[in-house]
Amino acid sequence: MSVQPRAEHDERTYDVIVIGGGGAGLRAAIEATSQGAKTAVVCKSLFGKAHTVMAEGGMAAALRNVWPEDGWDVHFRDTMRGGKLLGNWRMAQIHAQESPDRVLELEEWGAMFDRTPDGLILQRDFGGHRYARLAHVGDRTGLELIRTLQYRAIELGIDVLMECNIQRLLMDDGHVAGAFGYWRQTGRYILLRAKAIVLATGGAGRSWRVTTNSWESTGDGLRLALEAGAELMDIEFVQFHPTGMVWPLSVRGLLVTEGVRGDGGTLKNKDGERFMFRYIPEFFKAETADNAAEADRWYEDKKNNRRTPDLLPRDEVARAINSEVKAGRGTPHGGVWLDIASRRSADYIKRRLPSMYVQFKELADVDITKEAFEIGPTCHYFMGGIRVDADSTATTVRGLFAAGECAAGLHGANRLGGNSLSDLVVFGRRAGLHAAQFAAAQRAPGAVDPTELDAAVARMRAPLERQGGEDPYAIQSDLQDTMQDLVGLIRTQSELDEALVRIRSYRERLSRVSAPGAARYNPGWNLALDLESMLTVSEAVTRAASLRKESRGGHTRDDFPKADPEWAKVNVVVRRTDGELALQTEPLPQMPAELSEIVTGEGKATAAAAPHTT
Amino acid sequence: MSEAVEPARREATVRVFRGEDRASGGFVDYTVPVDPGMVVLDVMFRVQQMRAPDLAVRWNCKAGKCGSCSAEVNGRPRLMCMTRLSSLPATEPITVAPMATFPLVRDLVTDVSFNYEKARTFPNVKLAPPGPDGKRRMYQEEVDRVQEFHKCIECFLCQNVCHVIRDHEENKAAYSGPRFFVKMAALEMHPLDTHSRVEMLRAKHGLGLCNITKCCTEVCPESIRITDNAIIPLKERVVSEYYDPLAWVKRRIFGEKEPAAPAER
Repeated sequence: MSVQPRAEHDERTYDVIVIGGGGAGLRAAIEATSQGAKTAVVCKSLFGKAHTVMAEGGMAAALRNVWPEDGWDVHFRDTMRGGKLLGNWRMAQIHAQESPDRVLELEEWGAMFDRTPDGLILQRDFGGHRYARLAHVGDRTGLELIRTLQYRAIELGIDVLMECNIQRLLMDDGHVAGAFGYWRQTGRYILLRAKAIVLATGGAGRSWRVTTNSWESTGDGLRLALEAGAELMDIEFVQFHPTGMVWPLSVRGLLVTEGVRGDGGTLKNKDGERFMFRYIPEFFKAETADNAAEADRWYEDKKNNRRTPDLLPRDEVARAINSEVKAGRGTPHGGVWLDIASRRSADYIKRRLPSMYVQFKELADVDITKEAFEIGPTCHYFMGGIRVDADSTATTVRGLFAAGECAAGLHGANRLGGNSLSDLVVFGRRAGLHAAQFAAAQRAPGAVDPTELDAAVARMRAPLERQGGEDPYAIQSDLQDTMQDLVGLIRTQSELDEALVRIRSYRERLSRVSAPGAARYNPGWNLALDLESMLTVSEAVTRAASLRKESRGGHTRDDFPKADPEWAKVNVVVRRTDGELALQTEPLPQMPAELSEIVTGEGKATAAAAPHTT
Repeated sequence: MSEAVEPARREATVRVFRGEDRASGGFVDYTVPVDPGMVVLDVMFRVQQMRAPDLAVRWNCKAGKCGSCSAEVNGRPRLMCMTRLSSLPATEPITVAPMATFPLVRDLVTDVSFNYEKARTFPNVKLAPPGPDGKRRMYQEEVDRVQEFHKCIECFLCQNVCHVIRDHEENKAAYSGPRFFVKMAALEMHPLDTHSRVEMLRAKHGLGLCNITKCCTEVCPESIRITDNAIIPLKERVVSEYYDPLAWVKRRIFGEKEPAAPAER
């Protein structure tokens, strides 16, 4: 065997590395550092630019500042029901109990939420939440969250590795020993050795054509976890946010916050009809207003009125919009109207929704204080992801943890708006805590096998060295069309089968991909490497969607339009064996009777019965 | 909904800086088809897809919220994702250049680490303890002015346009720039913060070098009134604390209140 010079690389050693610089990753790094672990956080982009900045409406926490009737039990109930009872009960309980403390902690670190008249944190209405529960900063809550965590991380002196892309986890005898990737600014390779690793890489919505997700959301963490031997769960559940921009084409898919409806906006079809009253499912009938007068009164008086159907959970609203458009009652560019102009004053709209105002004014020439605007569903969020232990966020691989959008469990079949930002900080903190504890029990990072590094380098270099091969942008574009057309909001067996055939053909094309140019800040090369994650995750979603023969939450099957009680009892779990994905169903964890009563109590859940636990 | 009135532009020519250093690199013209409503960043994507797959462009949200895609479009510092083609003259090529104040990485991407280093040079917020009921109260009227500063997306266009550092590399060590004056104004005006950063603003961050030409305010994509609402009030605080004879005497008698410096890294 010829001896080849080993590729040069940088090398650093930590107790804990956190892969992902969004809300969950930063919160994990802060906690790990606070526990005494030498920690680095790896960002695919610049520090503070992660997808979390796009979160608009708020973070859900039963602070009880606006509605003293609220409590963790009500939040728990809403989350479980919003997830169509498929969520992990323990995660939903932890989330509901701990999120108020996590919000207050952000305030301690400098976050400035909007205030009640009494000077406390104001809370806003959102879909599926019984009470106004979302702590918020106008419509730019995600920016406030990430900036707060960013400056807290700076204060703690945490190492931040910016524009660093991790391509492989390194294993030593069944547990993680490090990660290997490259710096985007130089193209140099980097080896990170660590005792524990937290994955906080977010979702994979970039594989759809109409999406709120940026180039970063390629599902890297999901692929890395599978390759390391961990499991994915509930991966068939992809949330299509009901309100994305539809026109002009340039901004198609761009998020329009649910806060527009939370603050009084209503959906209408081309005939001006408030159509959501026709789409109230049996499951939510008891708690949803069936007429406009009651719906409008609910904003001010939640005790004596039921919630407007405009604020049903996102899966319900997205499907309703889809049906209206299909029935020929859509707007000129294939959406429906969202109208807040005729319902709230211009001043109110500009104060509550300033970035929505600017976004429409500058990108679509629409003044949302004066006219209704077109919206339609857009790929937004992965409910599924890496399977983790509810309390510790540990995966099935020793030393590997996961939190935030890349982890599964909390949201079940559908996530409620506002539960993502709280998820990030609640489980980000737990991931950092348990990773630091795990690291403290290890003497040193595991050994790194140099042949593994050589293999990783060979794979990464290949697109740069190959001439005249497949174009990575073309493969991505074809994949986006396939996922959009065949694995979108509404699914059916024949289309899922076709999608799988196509995804396999893209994988074959990817084996011949080439990226002209050098390694230094080369987006074509970066994309060629990220496509590996996009294809792996797309295959997992498609096969899981094919397996689950029912409709539930974010997974709607045209050929199996009803929820099936048998499927309510199982999660779909994905593993990787011998280089191939293998799927099977596994029973849901059983909820204790006292929690089960809260969920089935038909709105009987009341003020917090138990103290917050941390 | 009113349709946008766009010029009937079917294609656009962009004149894009290419290269790894400013001396040897140069502008290259690309002509690509365009659709109504497009922004400059869309055109960069078209160039990547059709002409130059390795064109280095930094971007994330494409919605004016992350501040990644800063560049100089027709000579003006802008976010590429918020610059509509319809706002630019259709008769001539659109020039797109990297920010001038920061070292070039490649093409349109610059090394903005200057800003991340400055971010580590002042203490974060430290709140007064909660009230007797265990709660912290702040009122919307007092929060409003700080929230204006929190709108900052860290696009660094204000840093790029500030001639204290744009034209004078030698000032970079002793000058933090408008972004961090905004950040420190947010901290100083936080109703519950207990630190004082006034002395460091004067001595360490070069606040005095700013001669309030308002260039930063003009380019801010978030319309933060950087000069009027952040820099001038900070300058006034420095003046009243350090050049007011009464305050000087008080400091001499009661001892200097120096803020704790953050751990240097």
